Amino acid sequence: MKIAVASGKGGTGKTTISTILAFLLAKNGLKTALLDCDVEEPNCHIFFETKLVENKKIFSDIPKIDYTRCNFCGTCVKICQFNAMAIVKNKILIFDELCHSCGSCILNCPNKALITKPREIGSIEKTESDKIDIFQGRLRIGEYMASPLIKAVKKSLNYNQYKFVITDSPPGTSCSMISAINDADYVILVCEPTAFGFNDLKLAISVVKKLNKPFGILINKSSDNDKLIEDYATKNNFNILFKIPESIEFARAYSTGSLMRLNSLHKYFNPLIDKFLKNYV
Amino acid sequence: MKIAISSKGSRLDDDLDLRFGRAKGFIIYDLATDTFNFIDNIDNINATQGAGIQAAQTIIDNNIDALITGYCGPKAYKVLKAVDVPIYTAKLDKISNIIKQFKNNELSEQSDSI
Repeated sequence: MKIAVASGKGGTGKTTISTILAFLLAKNGLKTALLDCDVEEPNCHIFFETKLVENKKIFSDIPKIDYTRCNFCGTCVKICQFNAMAIVKNKILIFDELCHSCGSCILNCPNKALITKPREIGSIEKTESDKIDIFQGRLRIGEYMASPLIKAVKKSLNYNQYKFVITDSPPGTSCSMISAINDADYVILVCEPTAFGFNDLKLAISVVKKLNKPFGILINKSSDNDKLIEDYATKNNFNILFKIPESIEFARAYSTGSLMRLNSLHKYFNPLIDKFLKNYV
Repeated sequence: MKIAISSKGSRLDDDLDLRFGRAKGFIIYDLATDTFNFIDNIDNINATQGAGIQAAQTIIDNNIDALITGYCGPKAYKVLKAVDVPIYTAKLDKISNIIKQFKNNELSEQSDSI
C-alpha cells in the first residue's frame, strides 16, 4: 500500500503526518518505508534514531555536442521545449540547468551529433530505524528541478519488501508534487483551516482528481475556522479523515524532534491506522 | 549598422521595454538608411524558462550589430557574448530618443551580468 502525504500549501504538517503515520504502522509490526520526497529540504530522518546505510549520487542524462558530426542545422535548438539551447556561429550553447532530460534533441538530430553526458542532480540517502527504512532525496544545491530526483527516489527501493510505503511530498501542485504522488494508492491531503490553506487545498484536490487518486482530507491545526473546510468537503462529498487541534505542545515536540514520543498526538491517528490495518494487511 | 532595441510597441514613439527576454518585441533599426521594423517576442513572453536565451537567439539570427535594453540577464549575456554582440543599457524613454542617445554615444555598454 502506497500512501502519499501532500498539500497545496507549505507548512500544513505533511512531515508531521507522514513520520507519525510511518512510525505507528511500523509499531504495529508492519515493515514500512518512508520516502522523503521533499528533496529541497529533506528532514524526516531527524525525527528518528537512524543509521545511514547507503548514500548514492544521482545523475540525469543531458546532451553534449559531437562537433565532428554537427553541421549547425539548428534542429536541436528549435526542438527544445525548455529553451535550453542556442546556436551561435560555430557553437551550440547548452544551458545544462534548464535541461529536463527529455531527449528530444538527441532523438531528432539528423546527424546523430548529440550524445549524452551525466550531470549530478543530487543524492539518495537510505537510513534505517527499527522497522522503518527511510529513503530521502537531497537535491544538489543550485539545482532547481526536483522531479528527476523524486523519480529516482521512487525507483530506489524494492516495494515487495514493505507492507506500507509512505511518501512525504513537496508542497505545492507543480511537477515535483505530481512526481511524488503519481504512484500512490491513496493520497492524504493535509490542510489548515485558513483562507490560504483552503485555497491551496482546492488546488491540490484538482490535481489529485485529475490523477484519479482516491484521497482524504486531514485538517491540521484545527480551530474555530474548520467550517471553511468542512462545508466544502460536505458539499462535494469529500472525506475528512480526522482533525488535529492547533497545539503549542505539538509544535514544541516537532521543533525538539520528539514527535515519536508524543502519545497525545498519536491518538488522533488511531482510527486511520485501524482502517489501514483492517483493509490492507 | 543594425541595432535592436527592446520595445513595448512597434513604433518609434513607443517606450523602451526594460526587460530583454520578456520584452514585447524588438525594434530593428538600420542606422545607414534610418529605416526600421518590429519583431514580435510573444513566444518568449510566455515561456516558462529560457526566455532570455531565445530572445538572444532572435538577435543573433537577425544579424544585429548592437543591442539596447534595460538590462541583459546572465544566460542571454552569455549567448550574445559568444558572438560579440555589444549590449548597451538605457533608461526608460521613447525609442526615438534612445536611438538619438546611441548616435550621440551617450549609452554605456553592459560589461558583466550576474
